[in-house]
Amino acid sequence: MKDGALPLASTPPVPTVGTSQPHDAACRHVRGTAPYIDDLPEPAGLLHAAIGLSRHAHGRLKALDLAKVLAFPGVIAVLSAADIPGENNVGPVVKDDPILAESLIEFHGQALFAVAADTLHAARRAARLEVAEVEPLPAILTIGDAMAVESFILKPERMARGDAATAIAGAAHRLSGTLEMGGQDHFYLEGQISLAIPTEEGGVLVYCSTQHPSEVQHLVAHALGIPDALVTVEVRRLGGGFGGKETQAAQFAALAALFALKTGRPVKLRLDRDDDMVMTGKRHDFRVRYQVGFDAEGRIEGLAVELAARCGYSADLSGAINDRAMFHIDNCYYLPHVAVDSYRLKTNTVSNTAFRGFGGPQGMLAIEAVLDDIARVRGLDPLAVRRANLYGPGRDVTPYGQTVDDGIGPRLIARLAESADYAARRAAIARFNAQNRFVKRGLALTPVKFGISFTTTFLNQAGALIHVYTDGSVQVNHGGIEMGQGLYQKIRQVVADCFGIGLNRILATATTTGKVPNTSATAASSGADMNGKAAEAAALTIRGRLAAFAAQKYGVPEAAVCFVGGQVQAGEARVGFADLVRAAYLARVSLSATGFYATPKIHFDRATFSGRPFLYYAYGAAVAEVEVDCLTGENRLLRADILHDCGTSLNPALDKGQIEGGFIQGMGWLTMEELVWDAQGRLRTHAPSTYKIPVCRDVPEAFTVTLWDEPNREDTIHHSKAVGEPPLMLANAVFFALRDAVAATAPLPGPLPGGPVPLDAPATPERVLTAIMTLSGTA
Amino acid sequence: MTTLSVSLTVNGKKVSADVEPRTLLVQLLRENLHLTGTHVGCDTSQCGACTVHVNGDSVKSCTILAAQADGADVRTIEGLAQAGVLHAVQEAFREHHGLQCGFCTPGMVMSSADLLVKNPNPSEHEIRTWLEGNICRCTGYHNIVKAVQHAAQTLRQTAQAAE
Repeated sequence: MKDGALPLASTPPVPTVGTSQPHDAACRHVRGTAPYIDDLPEPAGLLHAAIGLSRHAHGRLKALDLAKVLAFPGVIAVLSAADIPGENNVGPVVKDDPILAESLIEFHGQALFAVAADTLHAARRAARLEVAEVEPLPAILTIGDAMAVESFILKPERMARGDAATAIAGAAHRLSGTLEMGGQDHFYLEGQISLAIPTEEGGVLVYCSTQHPSEVQHLVAHALGIPDALVTVEVRRLGGGFGGKETQAAQFAALAALFALKTGRPVKLRLDRDDDMVMTGKRHDFRVRYQVGFDAEGRIEGLAVELAARCGYSADLSGAINDRAMFHIDNCYYLPHVAVDSYRLKTNTVSNTAFRGFGGPQGMLAIEAVLDDIARVRGLDPLAVRRANLYGPGRDVTPYGQTVDDGIGPRLIARLAESADYAARRAAIARFNAQNRFVKRGLALTPVKFGISFTTTFLNQAGALIHVYTDGSVQVNHGGIEMGQGLYQKIRQVVADCFGIGLNRILATATTTGKVPNTSATAASSGADMNGKAAEAAALTIRGRLAAFAAQKYGVPEAAVCFVGGQVQAGEARVGFADLVRAAYLARVSLSATGFYATPKIHFDRATFSGRPFLYYAYGAAVAEVEVDCLTGENRLLRADILHDCGTSLNPALDKGQIEGGFIQGMGWLTMEELVWDAQGRLRTHAPSTYKIPVCRDVPEAFTVTLWDEPNREDTIHHSKAVGEPPLMLANAVFFALRDAVAATAPLPGPLPGGPVPLDAPATPERVLTAIMTLSGTA
Repeated sequence: MTTLSVSLTVNGKKVSADVEPRTLLVQLLRENLHLTGTHVGCDTSQCGACTVHVNGDSVKSCTILAAQADGADVRTIEGLAQAGVLHAVQEAFREHHGLQCGFCTPGMVMSSADLLVKNPNPSEHEIRTWLEGNICRCTGYHNIVKAVQHAAQTLRQTAQAAE
């Protein structure tokens, strides 16, 4: 297909919802003609910006010698906190994220000043000048440090049902344990970037790589001290987001915009990769401590859990992220008596932020570890323990009061256990392990139940705008961001089918605050659910007008008008879609409409931590088999089998892509991606040379993904289910397969006498080896 | 400021430019020649998004200087399709969903195209090993490998038909 064309098809178009269609820009991506912000033609007079970073984790900023920076050859302008005309803040919820530090430095890598220069090279060199005079202060860096002094960024929260302490005390078996899990860098391939262009009346147009253009618009306007209406933020596509461009992009957009208005010139700010990794927030690392009481089958009777999360120096989205960790402490399991205490810790490190799963992965890993530990000390198959704890009739209410009565979890697990041959492979692995001393294999099946909706209820709204032109071609615009997930294509499919025309007649245009305002972030897996419904509403409005017009023109009831195969049928009459549109235009019928959607049924009371925060749950399960070298701890995934619930998929190819990619990204988090901060609070893993992201060879050749074919019982867009985040947690199976392999190194089979498998995440070879040495008694 | 004059062939066209000695090939391509399909991902020669062909070999264009490419024959993603027809690797990545956000795609495609010249019938293991220098954060590589396998098949069939 030719780039950019909207050709009329030579054969009648057929509906595409539910079919596998390539990504909407696939034909341009493979040619290198799908531009990202850094690829756009550069406006005349463009300046490049760079940021001067703190070299202390905590301290008082006594002075900044900006004259020295300004004197650097090529430098045109500098900015410090005092130069910001509006609000020096980009905090999304709490106002505690300065764009540039004022008197207090709170993490190593914090932005102190910014510089704009004729060339990128000059800007970056000037930003590296040592110009800050700092009085260092003691830094709180770790979860342990912060818990010891109760350094909280937000107040602790508690979710409880029943009497956990009494239930634990009265149970036949009791266990207590801990689990630590590391954070994760997003490593979107396209780094943070904004291009700001001054506009009339003191406004600014910002091209920004963000998942949340509306918030960037508002924060840029606040920083500039101008009305929101003077700021337009446009985003055609991201080179990956994963949560890392939900709140994190605003600071860079604001700096580019501030320079643009200060200099009257266009300004581009693209972070160097190392700076990007140092400056931007990551997945929260957690420390879990628990006490559990259970019966002989491993069925939980009481559970008390403490979730301690390193939030970094500011609140960012840590409130909602830690809430979601609490919401997912049950995963697929009924917890009759439960108490969860969530600690949101303030540390002198970068402010952690959204990352695919948004706290859900941490909560879910915690309960899975509890069940694994129970299985190990009882000498039971972990899958048997998991099954004994599943939600079911009479055991179907979550700790926050939402009923789980769709029954999908147990059925999906049973089908996957059968299709992946779990029982036979469990036996084969036991034989393999009995015969091999230095190489051990492990197997695990873990399920996922992920709540779909923003847990902050008001965010569950979306808008769309559709224009039908007089030749019958269509533009659709909505508030969602295309970041690789294929959202634009899904929206095109929905709109094309509404009008009964071909996909190739629909152009999805760049998301911009100038067309659809006050949008929510493309986050919480909500992109297609919400924007799909909004776009459908807009299309149905226009279709309704066209149907009314056709009914009158051809003298039939409106119900007798249908849109199919590129034609409009009105009783006996048939007319091409474009011909009807043209006639409607001449009859002065509006061919443009907005659409709006607000997710129904959801509510949540924060005071009691109860309600129905989710419209529905998306499910999945994975079986992973691994092999571990007991002498080095090196390991690899041999095989993965996944069964995942997308409801009635809008586009199976795109959904499978999300599942495969999410699983591997989750595997990275749990097995190889290790963030290391030193005693001075410096991130030492700030490039892919030291931060190991999964590559092609880390993925097994035996990797099957099957979709669970059951329509969403809720009235979502074509009864599909959200698919962005849930698959990430399928990778829990890899982590627990590694624990299974480590368990096989114990001197004797059966219950582990010394307690559970001592393996935290990420399960790097070093940690795996340490766990083996501990367990096998060779330490 | 000292500049060097470099002359090379890019996508079949002779080009020359005056550049600073420290200019990287990727800068020459993107900034001087406006061939922005070659992307900069990590700035440090690891992610592979900037992969191009230099004298027929895939090279990370942020890892060599423009001056080192003086006299070379360079092909970028924009020059891979011939007479508007997608190269088999491009077609396979499109058709078999070998991309999501698309940022790594030009480098992946260029690297894969080089592999299939050097090894027209690679095993899955050989494909996975070859592509280790190209990071994709979205797809989990599954469909990338499938796309390369399909492209290999297409190219072999085309070669057979030509014999």
